[in-house]
Amino acid sequence: MTVKKLGLRQRYEHMTRGLDWETTYQKMDDVFPYDSFEGIKIKDWSAWEDPFRLTMDTYWKFQAEKERKLYAVLDAFAQNNGQTNLSDGRYVNVVKLFLTGISPEEYQAHRGFAFTGRHLRGAGARVAAQMQSLDELRHLQTQVHTISHYNKFFDGIGEFPHMHDRVWYLSVPKSFFDDARSAGPFEFMIAIGFAFEYLLTNLLFVPFMSGAAYNGDMSTVTFGFSAQSDESRHMTLGIEVIKFLLEQHPDNLPIVQKWVDKWFWRGHRLLGLVAMMMDYMLPKKVMSWKEAWDIYFVEAGGSLFQDLERYGLKMPKYADIATEEAEHISHQNWAVFYQYTHAAAFHTWMPDKEHLDWLSAKYPNTFDKYYRPRWELWAEMEKEGKRFYNMALPQLCQTCQIPMAYTEPGDPATICFRATQFQGETYHFCSDGCKDIFDGEPEKYVQAWMPVQQIFQGNCGGPTVLDVLAWYNLNAGADNMDYTGSPDEKIWKEWHPDADAARKAV
Amino acid sequence: MAQVASITLLQNDDARPIIEAILADNPGVRVLNMHGAVKLDCDHSITIKRASVEERLGRAWEPQEIQLVLVSMAGNLDEDDDHFTLSWRH
Repeated sequence: MTVKKLGLRQRYEHMTRGLDWETTYQKMDDVFPYDSFEGIKIKDWSAWEDPFRLTMDTYWKFQAEKERKLYAVLDAFAQNNGQTNLSDGRYVNVVKLFLTGISPEEYQAHRGFAFTGRHLRGAGARVAAQMQSLDELRHLQTQVHTISHYNKFFDGIGEFPHMHDRVWYLSVPKSFFDDARSAGPFEFMIAIGFAFEYLLTNLLFVPFMSGAAYNGDMSTVTFGFSAQSDESRHMTLGIEVIKFLLEQHPDNLPIVQKWVDKWFWRGHRLLGLVAMMMDYMLPKKVMSWKEAWDIYFVEAGGSLFQDLERYGLKMPKYADIATEEAEHISHQNWAVFYQYTHAAAFHTWMPDKEHLDWLSAKYPNTFDKYYRPRWELWAEMEKEGKRFYNMALPQLCQTCQIPMAYTEPGDPATICFRATQFQGETYHFCSDGCKDIFDGEPEKYVQAWMPVQQIFQGNCGGPTVLDVLAWYNLNAGADNMDYTGSPDEKIWKEWHPDADAARKAV
Repeated sequence: MAQVASITLLQNDDARPIIEAILADNPGVRVLNMHGAVKLDCDHSITIKRASVEERLGRAWEPQEIQLVLVSMAGNLDEDDDHFTLSWRH
């Protein structure tokens, strides 16, 4: 007798839903206590679609293959001193920001998907969330392994978990994931699975990782694209979640729309860090943030929302403002970090002339008018020995926790301020988007751990900058300040004495 | 504006037969070469046929193997034993 091989659909059916059962010793509502309080109505979990039809056995096979390929590259990179072949020593600062600001969020995503994988009632959704939880843990581990090689030579890397919990700008990604993980399982799926994975991670992992390849960072591009192969599955999960919720019950639409609006805006604010990495921190540029935004949000997001219109779902609120901000956000963020370089665990610099010209060409509507003159003034002040540091602690937005440095829609010369009164206190916001999010759940956001307020309350090591940096485990004089004059620059010049001489000759 | 179906693959030897199969089977496909990756865009729908990949690869190939070289995609996915299709059609 010949054994007939099961097709993809049948194998999937047997290996996921076929293994599920209705509990009888305990009530299903007691086993899954968290899937109703958010107000989402599910009539039929079996309607869940799983386009990848990936089963656990196949998952392990593919993931093992990806890991073998990745670790072969990491070994080769270390053995061949790949760090000396980067485009420039400045490049390493993107790796530092990645490890301190993004890798810990992979771990948060791992925890969040483990929770949703346990608490959603449908077997298809549970299996997909379980795989994503394992993926996210793999991403953290591979990122730590990759970047640990840089830690042998460069500053600002070794204390990343400690810094993640304490440093002012790292509270931006931390609070984003704290917000998602303290939500219910459906909101988490929309926040991370849909808004973050589908709409926004392409912007992080595709052009940015292509930038790593262009800048000679063979190891980062390899972990980046290895992670991104998982992301395609995550994006598919995200789009399935949203379609499933909208198909299940019309009452779900306003709830889902509110989450989409909220998490789109939060994601847009968070990715401002990536905008700055792409426009300012990659020595060799691949594309501008604005170009990446147009491809991955305006075009790809536009196609998606056109598709979701049939369920009544609209483009996220303030998507037009976010697109307008794509011409400003990298410049405004870099200005913040330049002014506060003494309190950052990576190095900053003013762009050289070639870089300024690239920015002028990529941002014809905004750069020459609003930013280039400021950069040229700051460069001039540096030359005169009056490098500008901002020693005042900034006011922070209560929602995104970013210093209030963004400008009014339609008026890039005026800082945008919004405020709300709640229980006798005034709370401040950088934008209408962030204010709306607070107003939707004020009881949640008044509890936010605000880095500047905590310093003023005496909870961060002491009253001086050096006290706070010590509390951050930030090695002042090595981890912080400008690239010029840093130990990073010194080691880079030791590896490349000829390049340094050539630069001086020009 | 036409809805764009899109797939991004690694620029390496494992992905090359798949990229070639896409170029052959999807008239009007647009190619964006990046460092380390290639983005292939097509209005409405883009498909990878198992037979076309096997022809170029010279061995049996399952559409699920695409996961080893996949970077990103856009569109609703329909995957089965003989094809991997992204589309905005219903």
